[in-house]
Amino acid sequence: MAIDTVAPASVDLGPAAALSCRECGTRFPLGPSFACLECFGPLEIAYEFGGEDAEALRRRIEAGPSSIWRYAPLLPVPADVATKPNLNPGWTPLVKADNLGRELGFTAQLHIKDDSGNPTHSFKDRVVACAIEAARAFDFTTLSCSSTGNLAGAVGAAAARAGFKSCVFIPHDLEQGKVVMAGVYGGELVGIEGNYDDVNRFCSELIGDPAGEGWGFVNVNLRPYYGEGSKTLAYEICEQLGWRLPEQIVIPIASGSQLTKIDKGLQELIKLGLVEDRPYKVFGAQAAGCSPVSAAFKAGQDVIRPVKPDTIAKSLAIGNPADGPYVLDIARRTGGAVEDVTDAEVVDAIRLLARTEGIFAETAGGVTVGVLKKLVETGRLDPAKETVAINTGDGLKTLDAVADSGMTAVIRPTLASFRDAGLASA
Amino acid sequence: MSANVRIPTILRTYTGGSAEVAAEGATLGEVIADLEKNHAGISARILDDAGKLRRFVNVYVNDDDVRFAEGLATGIADGASVSIIPAVAGGC
Repeated sequence: MAIDTVAPASVDLGPAAALSCRECGTRFPLGPSFACLECFGPLEIAYEFGGEDAEALRRRIEAGPSSIWRYAPLLPVPADVATKPNLNPGWTPLVKADNLGRELGFTAQLHIKDDSGNPTHSFKDRVVACAIEAARAFDFTTLSCSSTGNLAGAVGAAAARAGFKSCVFIPHDLEQGKVVMAGVYGGELVGIEGNYDDVNRFCSELIGDPAGEGWGFVNVNLRPYYGEGSKTLAYEICEQLGWRLPEQIVIPIASGSQLTKIDKGLQELIKLGLVEDRPYKVFGAQAAGCSPVSAAFKAGQDVIRPVKPDTIAKSLAIGNPADGPYVLDIARRTGGAVEDVTDAEVVDAIRLLARTEGIFAETAGGVTVGVLKKLVETGRLDPAKETVAINTGDGLKTLDAVADSGMTAVIRPTLASFRDAGLASA
Repeated sequence: MSANVRIPTILRTYTGGSAEVAAEGATLGEVIADLEKNHAGISARILDDAGKLRRFVNVYVNDDDVRFAEGLATGIADGASVSIIPAVAGGC
């Protein structure tokens, strides 16, 4: 069943040459496949990069658009991708978080990669933008996904822009902000009575059934292409640091795909000579109410035992994380760690980031900042080393988490009332 | 005990294209052994060389992930439905 040939000539996905099994290395032609026929292992993109020298490639990237498409030569997309209808996400700010750094005791620079600035306010726009190019290449007309909320909105919006139909599946009890945001784009939005793992399982079965024929599920049968979009976080961070690797990076974990692909992106930059090779540590962040990867890391195990999620960080509430074993490998290989924080710590961290840096993170961002704080306090993350923490989404999507924030005073519209409330500066 | 086993697309070459087949057994392990009898080669795709479920395969018996139950020793009631699904899907 395995074949040695590369993609059919009709599929133009730039430097993507084939699909390759991450477990056993078997290669398959580019197509809407996600699991190895030999061992069920995950398929990922094998590239044939052009061999351009590093300086020329760096200049070409720097002259490119202010979106992820500046990295088109490193992604499974056609060279003219920027001319196609797409949400053009990315190139989000890398914020120097001096106030937060001071509060946490950093002596080196701390940065927040703030991905809430994407078109649908989460990093998901990056992965969907790549998946949609694969969907075009494979002649799909309907885009679908299983989602914890952010992805549903990203797929709905990208489908609308690109002229696809969409039908996305979410757990029925998601945060209202995410439901509204996913529903407004006009596609089908189906609530499933169950948790995310139930939704994901349903989609995996739908894909093998005539009922789902001709559908591109961005995170199932288009997953190899979709996942590559997360590499752009690594590319942007390094370019924004002046083509340099960060020394430490803290990344939230749901399925573990983002963390895995950021590491892949960093490794590619080293191999292509775009950054100088030096050690970096990768840290993963989970919520205590859904922490199967953290639990396995702490127990020294290679196998992830699935859990039933119970946390306010619903965008990270994947109890059976597909890329969990790879996260363990990466954290251990780089000398990083995987840690978790309670929901109360998540809320505190959302407030901490908002108060110190003016960044309003969704609960997943609270998990990341909460874990960052915990890692510093327990001596596992070195505050004397340059560090980047990723905020993957906008706090407006998870308002309930900090719903007790609000007016600090209500007064009559008079100066006297203002003074009486103790608000006057003098 | 007879179970209905849902076969994922990538294993349907072993079942002549069928998405669902019947198999006998009192435990999941026995059901897989019975599948192998009728669809030679399928077992090695689901189980590794040590005879354990492969890392990237999820198996559900009546909607329950067998990793939450007793793995290959999970009991199969008559008429149970068994789903074999690639694990690597979804997420961020």
